Amino acid sequence: MNWFKYSSPPTFYPLAGRMVPWFMGIAVVLGLVGLYIALFAAPTDFQQGDAYRIIFIHVPAAWMSMFLYVVMAFWAGIGLAFNTRLSSMMAHAVAPTGALMTFIALWTGAFWGRPTWGAWWVWDARLTSELILLFLYLGYLSLVSAIDDPRRADKASAILALVGAINVPIIYFSVKWWNTLHQGSSVSITRAPSMARIMLIGMLVMVFAFWAYSIAASLTRVRCGILDRERNAAWVRDLRND
Amino acid sequence: MEAAAGAACRAVVGRDLLIAARRRSDVLTTFFFFVIVVSLFPLGVGPQPDMLREIAPGVVWVAALLAAMLSLARMFGADYADGTLEQLVLTPQPLTLLVLAKVLAHWLTTGLPLVLVAPLMGLQFDLPGDALRTLLVSLLIGTPALSLIGAVGAALTLGVRGGGALTAVLVLPLYVPVLVFGAGAVTASATGMGVAGHLSLLGAMTLAALVFAPWATAMALRISLE
Repeated sequence: MNWFKYSSPPTFYPLAGRMVPWFMGIAVVLGLVGLYIALFAAPTDFQQGDAYRIIFIHVPAAWMSMFLYVVMAFWAGIGLAFNTRLSSMMAHAVAPTGALMTFIALWTGAFWGRPTWGAWWVWDARLTSELILLFLYLGYLSLVSAIDDPRRADKASAILALVGAINVPIIYFSVKWWNTLHQGSSVSITRAPSMARIMLIGMLVMVFAFWAYSIAASLTRVRCGILDRERNAAWVRDLRND
Repeated sequence: MEAAAGAACRAVVGRDLLIAARRRSDVLTTFFFFVIVVSLFPLGVGPQPDMLREIAPGVVWVAALLAAMLSLARMFGADYADGTLEQLVLTPQPLTLLVLAKVLAHWLTTGLPLVLVAPLMGLQFDLPGDALRTLLVSLLIGTPALSLIGAVGAALTLGVRGGGALTAVLVLPLYVPVLVFGAGAVTASATGMGVAGHLSLLGAMTLAALVFAPWATAMALRISLE
């Protein structure tokens, strides 16, 4: 099987179209199962009460926010190295979902922090680096939308994504050290008590639901991107005439 | 070949310095921006010496970040507008080296003046002598990294809509590690802790930026000129 066949927009467009409903379906089913476990099956935590239940949204979103940045940088790098149009379109399509996940992670983190730590926001290393990750996503998105020529936007944003990818670990460790030096952090989420098995299962189900949603959303977005870029191509005109 | 590359770099640095000397207001604006921003903080937070001592490292470093960022548009902007940049890209010398020369010239005209005036600003905030020395050293090590990282952002946003604000959004998140260790060194010095670790990490970041940033900047310039 020749995988490169699907690196061309006209062949990828219908394939993505067939994949989107499946991933969306998986996301909905797993999301419902995960939410059932999260809200009904999982027991109340004896320390944090019911407030802990937000981690079923928070943790998958935080994981996806970081993972999607790597995915975005990967496709951006491939697009820059091999000059493949579809790779750059994939990078652009992943970025808004990644920014959304980062935002959800921060927002739910604030909701969790208020009852647990007594503050909406603390300058904890994880929170701070997640916030800077959001800034990196926003920078990428604003650069893409500021450049009118799509080919130049592809390449320029790819360089930014790669520079950002090198910086993410540096930022994380610098913020971590900064935090430990400035204020003896009284709160720690690293020493989390061992989780009950049902909580872990619920979380994993939610992770897969988020994963499926991210794939479905990115594919839908890349389909729009393909149509936008190729609007003058013969095969898109044929689609319209069908 | 190597001699020619060296001569080209010297020519680029000399030319940029000459332009800066002829248009002194550009350089002075960045300089006074830094001084004014730092001086605004006591007016905003109040004149209590204890608090001023505590916030001084962060204030001076953040002001240095903003000043470095504001001056980025000048790094390639005029050369891009009048076509000089295109000629630089077409020369047989490696573009990475020429970029390095331009970054050096940028640092000499914007970074170095900030470094030299920073101890004076520290005195306004009643920083002790050791901390003042650390402030000077940390800025001396850290500001080249600001020019180097900033060059990537400046090259990416050449001739793009909303250039200035866009550069800020791209570059400021990448400045975070430099800020953390630069201001961290001064704070550590003011509280009597060792500063070697902070300064070493700051130096490591500047060296890493020295290796990667000119290369990424050269690539970004080529893309901008396509």
